[in-house]
Amino acid sequence: MKTIILKTASKYLLPLLLLFSVFILLRGHYLPGGGFVGGLIASIAFVVYAFANGLEQTKDLLRIHPGYLMPVGLLIAFVAGISPMFLSALPFMTGEWFAEPLAVIGMVGSALFFDIGVFIVVVGVSLTIIFTITESA
Amino acid sequence: MEFLLALVTGLLYAAGLYMMLRRSLVKLIIGLILIGNGANMLIFLLGRITKGLPPIIPEESKVFLEPYADPVPQALILTAIVISFGLQSFAIVLIKRAYKVVKTDDLDQMNSTDEYS
Amino acid sequence: MLIAILSGFLFAFILVFAGNDLKNKYAIVSAIVPFGLFVYFLQFTNRIAAGEVIKKTYQWIPSLNVNLGFTLDGISLIFALMITGIGFLVFVYTAAYLKGHHYLDRFYGYLAIFMAAMLGLVLSDNILSLFIFWELTSISSFFLIGFNNKEKSSRQSAVLALAITGIGGLLLLAGMLILGNVTGTYSIAEMLSSQSIISDSPHYIIIVLLLFGAAFTKSAQFPFHFWLPGAMKAPTPVSTYLHSATMVKAGIYLLMRFTPILGSTELWNTTLIIVGAVTMLYAAIHTIFRTDLKGILAYSTISALGILVFLIGLGTKDALLAACAFILVHAFYKACLFLVTGIIDHETGTRDTTVLSGLRKVMLPVAIAGILAAVSNAGIPPSFGFLGKDLIYESTLHMGDMAIVLTALAVLTNILLLYAGFVAGVKPFTGKLPSQFEKVHLPSYLMWAPPLILAVGGIVIGLFPGIVEGALIKPAVTALGANSGDIHLKLWHGFNTVLALSATTIGVGLLVYFVLKPSEKLVQLAQKFEIISPQHIVESLAYGFAYFSSYWSKIVQNGYLRNYIATIIIFLIIVVGYTLFNHTTFEIDYNSFAKLTVYEILTLVLMIVGILFTVFTKSRLAAVASMGVVGLAISLIFVYYSAPDLAMTQFSIDTLTVILFVLVLYKLPKYLNISNTANRIKDGVISIAFGSLIMVLALEVLSQPQNTETSSFYAENAYILAKGKNVVNVILVDFRGIDTFMEISVLTIAAIGVFSLLKLRLAKKFRDK
Repeated sequence: MKTIILKTASKYLLPLLLLFSVFILLRGHYLPGGGFVGGLIASIAFVVYAFANGLEQTKDLLRIHPGYLMPVGLLIAFVAGISPMFLSALPFMTGEWFAEPLAVIGMVGSALFFDIGVFIVVVGVSLTIIFTITESA
Repeated sequence: MEFLLALVTGLLYAAGLYMMLRRSLVKLIIGLILIGNGANMLIFLLGRITKGLPPIIPEESKVFLEPYADPVPQALILTAIVISFGLQSFAIVLIKRAYKVVKTDDLDQMNSTDEYS
Repeated sequence: MLIAILSGFLFAFILVFAGNDLKNKYAIVSAIVPFGLFVYFLQFTNRIAAGEVIKKTYQWIPSLNVNLGFTLDGISLIFALMITGIGFLVFVYTAAYLKGHHYLDRFYGYLAIFMAAMLGLVLSDNILSLFIFWELTSISSFFLIGFNNKEKSSRQSAVLALAITGIGGLLLLAGMLILGNVTGTYSIAEMLSSQSIISDSPHYIIIVLLLFGAAFTKSAQFPFHFWLPGAMKAPTPVSTYLHSATMVKAGIYLLMRFTPILGSTELWNTTLIIVGAVTMLYAAIHTIFRTDLKGILAYSTISALGILVFLIGLGTKDALLAACAFILVHAFYKACLFLVTGIIDHETGTRDTTVLSGLRKVMLPVAIAGILAAVSNAGIPPSFGFLGKDLIYESTLHMGDMAIVLTALAVLTNILLLYAGFVAGVKPFTGKLPSQFEKVHLPSYLMWAPPLILAVGGIVIGLFPGIVEGALIKPAVTALGANSGDIHLKLWHGFNTVLALSATTIGVGLLVYFVLKPSEKLVQLAQKFEIISPQHIVESLAYGFAYFSSYWSKIVQNGYLRNYIATIIIFLIIVVGYTLFNHTTFEIDYNSFAKLTVYEILTLVLMIVGILFTVFTKSRLAAVASMGVVGLAISLIFVYYSAPDLAMTQFSIDTLTVILFVLVLYKLPKYLNISNTANRIKDGVISIAFGSLIMVLALEVLSQPQNTETSSFYAENAYILAKGKNVVNVILVDFRGIDTFMEISVLTIAAIGVFSLLKLRLAKKFRDK
């Protein structure tokens, strides 16, 4: 499927889709979206790029194996979960918030970091699965 | 509309089961996916369907002003969809491996380890 | 006291780490544990003799009012001293017997656990902890009996012993729970005061029967006796420990412990007398038909246990006194005989009585021990055994109408036991030494000292019964609920009926010994009756059961996935369908349903076509594509019905799934056309029935009122508590955040699974296996 059209399009699609996925992730607390959908969109972005430019090039672009994203995401989600226990001695997974809302994103709190963790895990999982299968297919 | 949705859900279940009862491994997976979709539809339907009122609190308000769709089944299904992706990919890869080892995708020829000896 | 009980477990735990150092040179060091415990319990004798009962209670589950209580009274003390004392000797003996054995550390570990469990059992005041320790003895004895786990017969005996005693354990648990329910307490001490409540309770019979079941299986009473001879496959130290002083006495302990609580009823006494009498005679007769030394000892042990049950059944003060004394007597001589047998086996390599003779010339100390033990076993004065036998006759003679029958049974049993003891303890050492044994030499003193100590002890106590009378026997009889004031143990009672009976026993017994020689013929004679023995019956039952289960598994576990699925689904259809058909009225209010629009109808039609195409197409690629269409249609439905998050997720996942399938599909074979039409129709019918069931179920649920409590809580508090407006997302990342965390963990596991299935290969060295 290495056509010129797809190749050219994917160059522009990748950053756009990634930007879109982050946008979906951040607005998830107020409007439809969130870590799961955002993560899936981000992985589709990379899969499309891989279709157009080959797996090796995509891997070079990513620099690290997507598998490493899974523990990173899990760690972020976990830290977001336990942070209230250390910050204000509240139970695991209690929501903690900064006092003032941020522009564009809205209120920033542990839930947002948790969602970011979910996002990263989903990207890691779907890319690992797809890349692994593509390589050995 | 609910009636038709129930019908389609039943159809998804029936189709999924029929595919799972085939001997071919690929059909087994397709059946699995169909039944998974059916289950999602079933939960969605039983959570009562509401038209055009997503469970999102309107801007400039802290609580819902008008009726809203039930968010709990939606949250359930959302996780179910993502989990089923993990399950499906694992099952697909398992088939691939099994096919490599056994050289058949006929389920009936894969049962030797399962038999009582 | 808790530490004392736990020290065995602790020691076993330490062995896990220090075992390697211990098993070579310092094996003897481990004997410190039982010796220390022996000394520890010995220091209580004065206080117990003064009539004190020592109690220690530890909080265990305070909320349920269950405490870990330990009581040390007369009976417990006798048992605790036997367990630790003989335990000490067995530990010492083992150091030489299994010298250099590869798993010596393991053996000591099992032994220590077993000892600790036995101690816990006899000291527990709480009947639930008693049950736990009871089961621990069963389990640890399983490991001990099956210690030579490379031999099939050894493993079989271990499983048999575990099965029989394990069943007993379950009966015990049931009995204890009912008992606790009736009395409202789980403490034995507190139950003593509610004896009348128990005997008047309608559950009395079942409690007693369950307790009997437990005691009879553990103490190898007829018809559950057969595990005990099998358990002789264990190394000799184990046989010694289990069968002279501990394991099999646990059942006796249980009966004794509950005599004051449940005893003195018709049911209790009659059952015990009958079972005890049958066991003691049956097993005693069996000894004649054995040539294996350990086999003879096994059956004589069963017989001795029968005597104990019999005595407890008599239930008079005399009988209980006799039981307490006989426990000690038996422990002394039986442990000694087992140890002697072990030495003979170890040095000559055989246990066949028909071959062994004249060994006194090569191992004199062992011969002395064996002969002294046989003397005590025979009840020849001045041994302790003589005292014990006197007490037995004393008690049977005072049983009124039944005195003659009971005494006759006791005399007959004792005659046969005398024979058995002489065959085991005297015969191997007397007569001519066969030439093949001339090179046999005396083993290390670690091996011959323990039996000698026991044998001499048996005689010394016989000469000076005061040693045990005040300290052990009297408090034990008191603990059994009888008045022990006028008990006085002495060798010489003057010329009376009892003495005459003793003399008869000894005379006839010796006659039998000289006339009847153990031989192969007798063994073969006994084999002929094997078919009606309880062991044979139970084994056939077990075999039949196994056969039935394998047959049943072949039907149910037939190895065809679709048969499993079909079975489950058909069962579901029948059960749910039946309920639906009987208990629901199919009233659907179509007016309450949402109105249809053109888009929705088109979407549904698209979906139905997609599903049917997926099922019936012959091409894999078409099936995958149409499956994608179905997924997209579903995401459209989510859009129509207020679920934007779901629609987005479904859409992305659908895309990824199709990609995935396409990637793998080319490597997979084409569809096989292997089902015949009949199968297809059959499966089609099942599927349609299942689909209709789901549909009806869904409609039925829709007609029921909905509970929205949870949903409205989330919806109302989404912004107030969690500062989010998209309720679905708030539920995912905040309200049910831990669930989501689990979910992403599962996803990670799935990805790792995929990766390892495809990328990881076995290292070269494992590849061939």
